[in-house]
Amino acid sequence: MSDTWSVAGRTFTSRLIVGTGKYKSFEQNAAAVAASGAEIVTVAVRRVNVSDPGQPLLTDFIDPKKITYLPNTAGCFTAADAVRTLRLAREAGGWDLVKLEVLGEAKTLYPDMRETLKATETLVAEGFRPMVYCVDDPIAARQLEEAGAVAIMPLGAPIGSGLGIQNRVTIRLIVEGAGVPVLVDAGVGTASDAAVAMELGCDGVLMNTAIAEAKDPVTMARAMKLAVESGRLAYLAGRMGQRRYADPSSPLAGLI
Amino acid sequence: MDQTVSIRVNGAHRRVPAGISVAELARELGLEPARVAVERNLEIVPRSTLAAVAVEDGDAYEIVTFVGGG
Repeated sequence: MSDTWSVAGRTFTSRLIVGTGKYKSFEQNAAAVAASGAEIVTVAVRRVNVSDPGQPLLTDFIDPKKITYLPNTAGCFTAADAVRTLRLAREAGGWDLVKLEVLGEAKTLYPDMRETLKATETLVAEGFRPMVYCVDDPIAARQLEEAGAVAIMPLGAPIGSGLGIQNRVTIRLIVEGAGVPVLVDAGVGTASDAAVAMELGCDGVLMNTAIAEAKDPVTMARAMKLAVESGRLAYLAGRMGQRRYADPSSPLAGLI
Repeated sequence: MDQTVSIRVNGAHRRVPAGISVAELARELGLEPARVAVERNLEIVPRSTLAAVAVEDGDAYEIVTFVGGG
């Protein structure tokens, strides 16, 4: 059975997008990406090290011709900084599919939705195809889609927290209301969290720390691959209804 | 007569030979122009024009590449 998903005209089989930060080495990172089966990886845009230009690069280990690089705006706190970063990313990579995140504060890394919406509008006007990190708010999600976001990526919990999906209701509402792919981005801690996101009907899951900070990242990458596939299958299969077997509202009348 | 110009690269002051192109600047820094993106005075310099754009005194450059991130 072919079960693919598409974003901005590109079609993918894997529903798991993985980050490339926090790994011990490029080798470990590349092995984890391979084990995850991911076809898209997120990358950051940073100044080259002018004092030591001979250092190995991520592209030496993860081939951008085989794996789609999704440049992000991590660390940007204003729409202007995020747009500036992605203009550079488009020049560095040569493609327009990008991940937008505009953060509101360092403590929670919660998105600043006012700036995020502003940046989305600017990027779309400049021909970018932004996948947008956002709060788990169905109204905000709709506004982003109206502004031209090609994917809605609500947080499950704060970035790097590993707390899992905190509000299944809002994630489900976003999925139900969206006309573009919805991917949970941030907050996944372990395999069951990824499965929950997929069982809610999300098109995919994006994660970094859950794999990179596992004791064995390569094994966790495989666990996430299987969890995303399991959750997707469970969603497609249609789960049984939940019943309150022990519900205490049975009639008391007629008792002998 | 001074044969160099004063510029900023990634926030740091630097003197480079007068009259070089942005592509030559990248190579002077040990960088492969095809692997980086360059912003000059807040404007992107398209990769196809790196060899054609001249470095001028007072320019501010940001030169970036992809690194690991989430």
